[in-house]
Amino acid sequence: MNDSQTTLIKTNPFQSGWWRRWGEETFAAYAFLLPSILVFIIFTFFPVIFSIVASFLKWNLPYKASFTGVENYTSLINGPVTSPIFWQSVGNTFYFMLGIPINMILALFIAISLNRRLPGVAIFRTAFFLPTITSMAAVSVVWMWLYHPADYGLFNSLLIELGVPVQRWLRDPALAMPCLILMGVWHGMGYNIVIFLAGLQAIPRELYEVAEIDGAGTLAKFIYVTWPQLSPTTFYILVIGVINSLQAFTEIDVMTQGGPLNVTTTLAYYLYQEAFQYFRIGMGSSVAVILFILLLALTLLQFRGLESKVYYE
Amino acid sequence: MNETITQLPGQPRMHTAIFGRRPQKALSAGVWYLILGFVSLLVVIPFIWMLSTSFKSANEVFSYPISWLPNQLRWENYVNAWKAAPFARYFFNSFFIAFAVTFGQLISCSLAAFAFARMNFKGKNFMFTLFLSTTMISTQVTLIPSFLVIKYLNWQDTYQGLIVPFLANAFGVFMIRQAFLSLPRELEDAAKLDGCSRLRFLWQIAIPLTRPVLSAQALFAFMGNWNSYLWPLVVTNRQEMRTLQIGLRYFVSQEGGTQWGVYMAAAVMVTIPVILFYFLVQKSFVEGIATTGIKR
Repeated sequence: MNDSQTTLIKTNPFQSGWWRRWGEETFAAYAFLLPSILVFIIFTFFPVIFSIVASFLKWNLPYKASFTGVENYTSLINGPVTSPIFWQSVGNTFYFMLGIPINMILALFIAISLNRRLPGVAIFRTAFFLPTITSMAAVSVVWMWLYHPADYGLFNSLLIELGVPVQRWLRDPALAMPCLILMGVWHGMGYNIVIFLAGLQAIPRELYEVAEIDGAGTLAKFIYVTWPQLSPTTFYILVIGVINSLQAFTEIDVMTQGGPLNVTTTLAYYLYQEAFQYFRIGMGSSVAVILFILLLALTLLQFRGLESKVYYE
Repeated sequence: MNETITQLPGQPRMHTAIFGRRPQKALSAGVWYLILGFVSLLVVIPFIWMLSTSFKSANEVFSYPISWLPNQLRWENYVNAWKAAPFARYFFNSFFIAFAVTFGQLISCSLAAFAFARMNFKGKNFMFTLFLSTTMISTQVTLIPSFLVIKYLNWQDTYQGLIVPFLANAFGVFMIRQAFLSLPRELEDAAKLDGCSRLRFLWQIAIPLTRPVLSAQALFAFMGNWNSYLWPLVVTNRQEMRTLQIGLRYFVSQEGGTQWGVYMAAAVMVTIPVILFYFLVQKSFVEGIATTGIKR
């Protein structure tokens, strides 16, 4: 670059300051980000804003949309027709979360038992992990067969062996949700076991050795070493579990379609029904916004938790 | 120092430290084998029952008391399932979509990760926060507007409608960025001195050096997309555009729910490829989850 060019750049107001220093690199960097940014704008940021706007509209396809203010929200909260289903789906969503603590307790016990160097442990680990990698749609079909209401259904033939009357499982309003929870625990446990195992293996051996020297037994070591050391892992699994259950959809759609008597209609499924079965875009969007706020709060909680690591050494 | 402690006579090692002292070790190992064996058997029973039912005749399927093994291996359920629904097409769709999404994500994520890891630009922190903020937004929340976008573009029942919305992934950007950050600065300086452009450095040096991270990312992208359900359910209507998961769901619900031998044969066809694939890449998959905590 010769002298005359340098002076030209210096005197040009558009070529001074940050543009000269950052210009080329900034331009290149945004070119690198462009593919991701485009997809995020169209399929993430625009939809969030759109959902918020649409939640204030009365918009039943194929009719045109009209502004109704907070009417969608008020009818969800205390409208005569929609509010019973909405509150039932809120209740069902929390009921469904009962699977999380069950899953965590089982996964922790299994992870502790798998955390030893004995031949064959890899086979067990694979067995526990198998359900997790299999698609939810496929395992839902398999479990529909296990829950078959006739006596040749696997669960029913087991009950007959035990002398208990046969059940209607997924078709019984009292049992449908527990059935989904049981299958969810079975499907999700492998993932939690892997995370717990990683957490267990990160605990320094010396802590156990020191506890031994102090005369701690198996239980004491679990309470004073394993459990506090695992707390970041446990917290992570808890939050991921809550987020996943808030979004659970596949097993409900394949196995029960929200029934019988709406006992398995969770918030996520209710959203789908409003928007894609009744074509009430406005109503569906207000459910989406409620779900969005719930998920956002939980994700922020997770970041906060990971930041503080829950437990400091 | 640890060494001397662990090797002192009578001092238990890590695994015995959790489960008991050495004299009890043999007994406790036996008990643990029994319990673990029993529990893992319970876990695989649904798979065993699926396989067994898939080989049974209709009469055997609907007979009580149940039999654990079919009295002969009948393949006709598989033939019938394959004939009754276009499973070959479903396989192709699932494979093509998952492959395209994985490939596209690797490109878009590597490019963005490179910008965040190795370049200085105005608004970098803001953009990075913006990218990370997308991880807080779930599919359900964007479902209705994304569907309306696809409808507006006339992309229902098209491959682009099933692929394009997934071509960006903030988790992927984050993971690959971490890998790129670990590359030494001198490497880039040397490359620059030799007149190597950014893109060429990314393609010929950065990507080959971070292969393990990229392949873990590819694995997650592929499996996540292969198993995805809600989006393909919403944007496909025509049978020939369905993925395996959606095809299986309609196959079972439309037949009236009686031919369980055939359904289980279909379920086996859907699950076995994934299980075989898992056995091939098991190690990197489990390690990937353990280090990143990402499933999808």
